[in-house]
Amino acid sequence: MQETDLSNQATVLASATDAIIHAEKIEKYYAQPSENRIQVISATDLSIVPGEILALLGPSGSGKSTMLRMLTGLSRPSAGEVYWHGKPISQAEINVSIVFQSFALFPWLTVLENVEAPLQARGVAPDERRERSMRMLDTVGLDGFEGAYPKELSGGMKQRVGFARALVVEPEVLFMDEPFSALDVLTAENLRSELLELWANKNMPTRAVFIVTHNIEEAVLLADRIIVLGRNPGHIRTDFKVQLPQPRDRKSEGFTQLVDYIYKVLTRPDVSPDEAPDHQHPVSKARDQRQMKYQMLPHARPGGVAGLLELLLDKGGCDDFYRMADDLAFEIDDLLPIVDAAQLLGFLKVEEGDAVITPAGTEFANSEILRQKELFRDAAVNNVLLLRQITRALEMKSDHTIPEEFFLDLLDEQFSEEESQRQMETAVAWGRYAELFDFDAARRRFMLPDAQGEEIASGGDEE
Amino acid sequence: MKIQQTFSRSLVAVRTWPFVTDLSVALCGMAVFFAVVRMGAYWLAKPTPAVFISHSVGALPLYAFYSIVRIGIAYLLSLAFAVGYGYIAAYNPRIEAWMVAVLDILQSIPVLSFLPGVMLAMMALVPGHQLGIEMGSILLIFTGQVWNMAFSFYSSLKSIPREMIEASRIYRYSAWQRFWQLEMPFASIGLIWNSIVSVAGGWFFLIACEMFVLGDRDFRLPGLGSYLQTAASANPVDLKALLWGLGVLVLIIVATDQLIWRPLIAWSDKFKFEQVESSDRVTSPILTLLQRPSVLTKLPVRAWNSLEESMYRRLSTTAECRIVQPVDAPRKRAGWVSIIAGLVVCGAVLWGAWNALHLIHGVSWADMRLLLLGAGATYLRVTASLLIAALWTIPVGVMIGSSPNLARILQPITQVIASVPATALFPVLLLGLIQLGGGLGVGSIALMLLGTQWYILFNVIAGAMAIPSDLKEAASVYKFTRWQRWIRLILPGIFPYLVTGMITASGGAWNASIIAEYFHIGDKTLQTLGLGAQISAATDQGKFSILLLATVLMATMVVTMNRLVWRKLYHLAETRYKLES
Repeated sequence: MQETDLSNQATVLASATDAIIHAEKIEKYYAQPSENRIQVISATDLSIVPGEILALLGPSGSGKSTMLRMLTGLSRPSAGEVYWHGKPISQAEINVSIVFQSFALFPWLTVLENVEAPLQARGVAPDERRERSMRMLDTVGLDGFEGAYPKELSGGMKQRVGFARALVVEPEVLFMDEPFSALDVLTAENLRSELLELWANKNMPTRAVFIVTHNIEEAVLLADRIIVLGRNPGHIRTDFKVQLPQPRDRKSEGFTQLVDYIYKVLTRPDVSPDEAPDHQHPVSKARDQRQMKYQMLPHARPGGVAGLLELLLDKGGCDDFYRMADDLAFEIDDLLPIVDAAQLLGFLKVEEGDAVITPAGTEFANSEILRQKELFRDAAVNNVLLLRQITRALEMKSDHTIPEEFFLDLLDEQFSEEESQRQMETAVAWGRYAELFDFDAARRRFMLPDAQGEEIASGGDEE
Repeated sequence: MKIQQTFSRSLVAVRTWPFVTDLSVALCGMAVFFAVVRMGAYWLAKPTPAVFISHSVGALPLYAFYSIVRIGIAYLLSLAFAVGYGYIAAYNPRIEAWMVAVLDILQSIPVLSFLPGVMLAMMALVPGHQLGIEMGSILLIFTGQVWNMAFSFYSSLKSIPREMIEASRIYRYSAWQRFWQLEMPFASIGLIWNSIVSVAGGWFFLIACEMFVLGDRDFRLPGLGSYLQTAASANPVDLKALLWGLGVLVLIIVATDQLIWRPLIAWSDKFKFEQVESSDRVTSPILTLLQRPSVLTKLPVRAWNSLEESMYRRLSTTAECRIVQPVDAPRKRAGWVSIIAGLVVCGAVLWGAWNALHLIHGVSWADMRLLLLGAGATYLRVTASLLIAALWTIPVGVMIGSSPNLARILQPITQVIASVPATALFPVLLLGLIQLGGGLGVGSIALMLLGTQWYILFNVIAGAMAIPSDLKEAASVYKFTRWQRWIRLILPGIFPYLVTGMITASGGAWNASIIAEYFHIGDKTLQTLGLGAQISAATDQGKFSILLLATVLMATMVVTMNRLVWRKLYHLAETRYKLES
């Protein structure tokens, strides 16, 4: 214990001086015409040190990708500075690569030409270019495919080309942006273990790997250090070292404990994370989420909420997230919005990494469709400010119709333009399901439902 | 095995082909050289005061050659301009909105309304040479072709996937490498399809330019357009020459399609931005022939490669290739050069506008009234031609589109008919109209119809073919009446296509009005009340104030119509009547 503590301290110290990339108080925000601005990522410190695989985990909307782009110099932070070996990144000749989620291969170039292109940009002579590329293709197992076009290859093969292209420039840091999420489970598993092999055998010249993922198991499987990001705005919730020996066994107790711990952190955004399980050492803790006027509506469908609650009821009203995600073959980005939505509506509670159904939730899950709608309506009006505002405003206006823009303007004060649109879409889906209002998609206007709808609405009020 | 194969017939054939290809390529090179010399000699010659246009069949090859050169030069100019314009617009956020707005307006202005003005200006600019008129006609074809190409290139650049751009940035591509390995390949398919449309439109303008006569001033250029017109004006009508002329025109268009566009489309297949290879590919024997390695194709490739290598080596030391450039770089402060350039442009625009206003000031109320009347008349004609076109094309198009057999037989035929530029048929049609004794007032509607109906027909056919068969089956399962079928299924189904066709057709109709309302045939000038006729007549009489006002009036009307009617319908089509798969 003592020993690990010491070594940990050492890395923390080292990170300030020896870090390859060091980010100091980097922030990202978008200025709005009005006074307030939309904060995407709040001031964050982060270092990438040699010799480790660092995984960045977080729910969608926590700014994982933005963080990666700021660290690679693809995106300028709104405030703060990123340093490359102590030199501001905008002036340094950095040597990094990115493996992209969508592969980002050039479909009109052959596999070999794709891998050669970065070398061409660096002015490497044709013969050397060719030789280095062929060697790299050989390393990633693409021997014989150099003349093929990317569209002739399967997803896994394409990503191999992506890896070859990334490694051929011998990057000091290899960045990966959800590199396996566009692949099927088996292919992803295969590529992951090959990557670990390359890394362990020092077959790649890379000194550090930075992987962005929303797959918890993937992070625990690969990483030496995990950073979990929170939302609204993006911030570091916890940052710890993984001391499990490689190769890691998914079934081992340490592994499942760690996965459970991360689920707990992710599903309870309002609570600051407690200590990581025994053998983990939090490097830093981050502050809580900011309070905002509108809650962030999770982008889940009412049908998904109903489905989850029914499943939970079948399991006796209480289940572990990890198991639930496993049963459904969901990743956290699929599951979390539904859990968040159920929680927001008061149908579900999160306790210690478990989901527990509430009495309201039980009633909802047991009801038939019309009653479900009523319950949903009540829960939505009571718990969701935006839906309450829309309904009130519709009732007050004499013609009972309001343009969408009116509410979009309100949301724009708090969310980015894109997020406002998505918030609105979710609100429309919920409101339509609950028969709170109708939405004319062609004219982009809200309106009260017709006479038949009003009857149900008044029936609901009597309760 | 191997020895036997060497003697097999197929291999012998393969061996002989490259020789033939090489020979023909060499011959082509010599022909091009001769053509340049010939064209140069002709252009730098003094303009013949009264252009004599022959209508003997023997003159046809030379005339066709002149026409092709004109359209080729105009096309190359448009391509270069479109790429430059699109590039600047896409990467300069400060002026992007302006440049796109300019593009949008210029795209919808009827180019032919500038025909008289541009011809006069160019003649004044290059006095004493044939070059003046030639430049005028090339400039007009250019303005007719360039906007949709520029727009296509611009929107391609804007739709390059984010991660592709990021890949090019993180791997530190130079602008040069980015252009050839990312931007140009990505934009190429859109550019090729738009080039096809543009060149088809170019023929329309070219023929119009070549046959243009203003009162007693003869701007005609030796070419297919003037040949057709002369043949139609001859007394008695030289029917044989007319048919020959039209035949050569169709031949050129079909040959362009087969020898240039088809190989290009087949070649551009590799630039399709797709993750999985699609099954239906366009094939072209010409392309296969050209792709066969031979000395003549290898040599330039090698020369190009060595040039490129040294270029890349030099570029790799620049800052752009050493430091990762952010995708979202904050806007740079405008440099002195761009501020001064901006001021100069603003100044020039203001000066021009001020002078134009001054010019318009002199227009009397009576003239103004006449102009407005003319505008109304032309507007009615355009609307009438659109309605008539829609009335016959919708039923016919739906019929062709919903029967695969019929479509297979009729589509190539209609395509060939439609490929003949409407302006080439004007003289023929006018002859018929004069024989019948009809005036140009009604006749010009027929002329407009000639050019515009095809756009609508093709779009309706495409729309009818795109109606999903399960919807058709549902309609028959639920026993829709014929009326219900049209109202609930067919009309909504073809609506987006119909709107697209009508927008293009309306642009074409306005353009056609310039020559449809004022036409020179034989020794007569036919004209009728209309804005198009007024533009031509004003130029003829040197009334520049009226010319300017009429041109502005027409442009305004077209742009307003686009904004108020077409854009709304288009939006409706995109949102409500879009069949999503």
